[in-house]
Amino acid sequence: MPGSLRHFIIPSIFRVTGMTKMIGQRAIASLLSLLGLMILVFFLSRLTGDPAVLFLPIDATEEMKQQFRTLHGLDLPLIEQFARYVLDLLQLDFGESLRKARPAIDVVLEAYAWTLPLALITMGLVVTSAIILGSLAAFNVGGFFDRLVSIISLIGASAPDFWIAIVAIVIFSIGLGWVPTSGVGTPLHWVLPIAVLFIRPFGLVVQVVRGSMISALGAPYVKTARAKGVKNLPLIFVHTLRNGMLPVITVIGDQAAALLNGAVIVETIFGFPGVGKLMIDSILQRDFNVVLAAIMVTAVAIFIMNILIDIAYGLLDPRIRN
Amino acid sequence: MSEPLLSVRNLSVDFHTARGTVNAVKNVSWAIGRGETLAILGESGSGKSVSANAVMNLLDIPPAEIVSGEIFYEGEDLLKVSYEKHRALNGKKIAMIFQDPLGHLNPVYTVGWQIIEMMTAHGRPADMARARAMELIIRVGIPEPEKAMHKYPHQFSGGQRQRLMIAMALMLKPDILIADEPTTALDVTIQAEVLALLKELQAETGMALVLITHDLGVVAEIADRVVVMNKGEIVEEGSVRDVYHSPKHPYTKKLIDAAPGKGEIKLLDEAAPLLLDAKKLCKTYGKFHALKDVSLTLARGQSLAVVGESGSGKSTLARTLLRLEEADSGEAFWKGRDLISMGRSELLGVRRQIQMVFQDPTQSLNPRMSVFSLIAEGWDIHKLMPDRSKRRARVIELLEQVGLSAEHVDRYPHQFSGGQRQRIAIARALALEPELIICDEAVSALDVSIQAQVIALLDGLRQRLGISFLFIAHDLGVVRDFADTVIVMKSGEIVERGPTAQIFEAPQHPYTQRLLAANLDPDPDVQAQRRAVLSHA
Repeated sequence: MPGSLRHFIIPSIFRVTGMTKMIGQRAIASLLSLLGLMILVFFLSRLTGDPAVLFLPIDATEEMKQQFRTLHGLDLPLIEQFARYVLDLLQLDFGESLRKARPAIDVVLEAYAWTLPLALITMGLVVTSAIILGSLAAFNVGGFFDRLVSIISLIGASAPDFWIAIVAIVIFSIGLGWVPTSGVGTPLHWVLPIAVLFIRPFGLVVQVVRGSMISALGAPYVKTARAKGVKNLPLIFVHTLRNGMLPVITVIGDQAAALLNGAVIVETIFGFPGVGKLMIDSILQRDFNVVLAAIMVTAVAIFIMNILIDIAYGLLDPRIRN
Repeated sequence: MSEPLLSVRNLSVDFHTARGTVNAVKNVSWAIGRGETLAILGESGSGKSVSANAVMNLLDIPPAEIVSGEIFYEGEDLLKVSYEKHRALNGKKIAMIFQDPLGHLNPVYTVGWQIIEMMTAHGRPADMARARAMELIIRVGIPEPEKAMHKYPHQFSGGQRQRLMIAMALMLKPDILIADEPTTALDVTIQAEVLALLKELQAETGMALVLITHDLGVVAEIADRVVVMNKGEIVEEGSVRDVYHSPKHPYTKKLIDAAPGKGEIKLLDEAAPLLLDAKKLCKTYGKFHALKDVSLTLARGQSLAVVGESGSGKSTLARTLLRLEEADSGEAFWKGRDLISMGRSELLGVRRQIQMVFQDPTQSLNPRMSVFSLIAEGWDIHKLMPDRSKRRARVIELLEQVGLSAEHVDRYPHQFSGGQRQRIAIARALALEPELIICDEAVSALDVSIQAQVIALLDGLRQRLGISFLFIAHDLGVVRDFADTVIVMKSGEIVERGPTAQIFEAPQHPYTQRLLAANLDPDPDVQAQRRAVLSHA
């Protein structure tokens, strides 16, 4: 179906004019929430306690602690600390990592370089497989294939990922020895984290695709397509899917946001140096600047993704564009 | 007719539903020859679309089951050919158009793409399909055809969408076009245009046309032969003239008698006291003028009809009078007090006196409320109505007034037919003892036989209880039967007003004349005469 496929994408991209305004408004709203988030995280993280106690040896003298606090500006009044932080932030300076003595933002971006491909590859696999399986199940409601897909997706959506991760390590790394247990370095290191992260979003998205496609396949325009003599595959994947995708996109965005946040548990179990693991470590170590930087970068990533989702809506449905 | 092009023989289809098996059609046989127009006439639930859907392989099996029968086309039984072979016939040899072109066109693809696909789906090259699509878009009269190709269905009017559906259906010059209620959702003038277009195209291409409809007027206008269906069976068939003038089956007789627009025209009671006096009502939505200086008066017991096509402002008028929309300017005196400037508490009292009945009772009645709570709910809001202990008795009394009975009190809306649901909506309005009932297309969604009953019911209420009616409708036949005064609206303005007899017998404004001319008469001879006059003019 090259003709149909081309049409699926091309005319939409040229007609997003009505959307530009909406995206602009969205961006402004995002900036405001980012500001609120920053204030909240800054003060909340200070509530967790004094970093000096954690960083210095147990037998450190009060003098050494005081020195540490002065060095990092932790002895200043909270408001002043905040003012300094905001001023630095305006120059895109997130401060130093207490633990690693490097700019916090560098530490975070380094972790993102691992999390982002992990999230993208996982979501790519989730979306492709969920759309194909969910659509075919919907076309064949009540049939064997539909039941099979429903059962698999239900198990996937409800399986606890920490358990799956551990069982997977036991079977595939320790038992069969096919893949390494943890760490990064070779493509094989990616297999288990991706596979484990895949399961739950796949289960959820398949179910949403299936439900949405069942109702879309009952729409009158599908009857028209059948009366036109359109073949089954284009009937499902050209006529119906684009309509059925609208509710699915919201769920995909939701799941993708969870992955961008860093898959805390999975990253920890597999020793994967992503942003989820970094955030947990930094919170435990009261490395405030890294925590803040990680949260801000994650927030920006999620806002960008939300805007992409809005654009996707507009591309899929011409009625939203106007 | 020597050898029929398509023949349906002894077709029986069952629908297996949760509530049991329904015989949707029983032993239905019909045939159509080249260039012929066959109408399948029936009310909702008569099974009139089932055989056509079987021809197109559009029945969902299950729940549907084809119990017996044959559908012959070019020497082959379509019920026995392979799925792939049937698919290849669809659109190419037999095409179909539907009632609601907005729903039946894919909202996310351009109409150009959808029309072109009719040919590419059958293996024709895209450039050839594009040329043919342009040709047809021009032929069906869409303005700016080149631009239209790149627009989406929601960017067209209802009539244009149906024209585009027709263009799509004709892409591969099919032998047979099946049109399922093609003009039901359209305004009368647009309906006349679309039917004329179908007839012209049929003459040009020699295709056979199967027209499924509930409207005797459409049958009279376009069909050669008619098959009358009732409860899944064909009760009568023959030439349109024979069936209209000498119907043999009692159901056909009933259907023809129920066609509106033949009763005696009512006269206005000049002495009745004035209830409502609206002056220069204006309402705009952005740049769109929904109401422009609309003035009207309504007396006690009067039935004032507001007619006009979609977008003429008739519903806005009703909503403005009820203060569901705020007017931009103007006054509306209800028994001497201005509704438009009235405060909230006073308005609540007046709202009890003015009730409304909407077009679609399936949507206007809350499906999760029983008939009792639907009818009694207003009493809680207005606090001056019957004692709790007497409510049940009063609800039963109201149900009896609208032709239902005590056993219906605890049922839910989905347990009723469309006509019964509209009776419940009327009982709900009556519960508050209104002085004026505004009916917004209150009978448009009902079958003709039910329509006649509901009109008779409303008229009885008017006579017995002295209730006034503001009757918004697009169906002129119904208006002629029910109203004593008519207002004709177009683009937010009143273009003509007068006693019903005057409007129907001597319309002054060209728009009223056009509206009346486009209104289809169930009598095929009257329609033929009108066509003759039009073609001479």
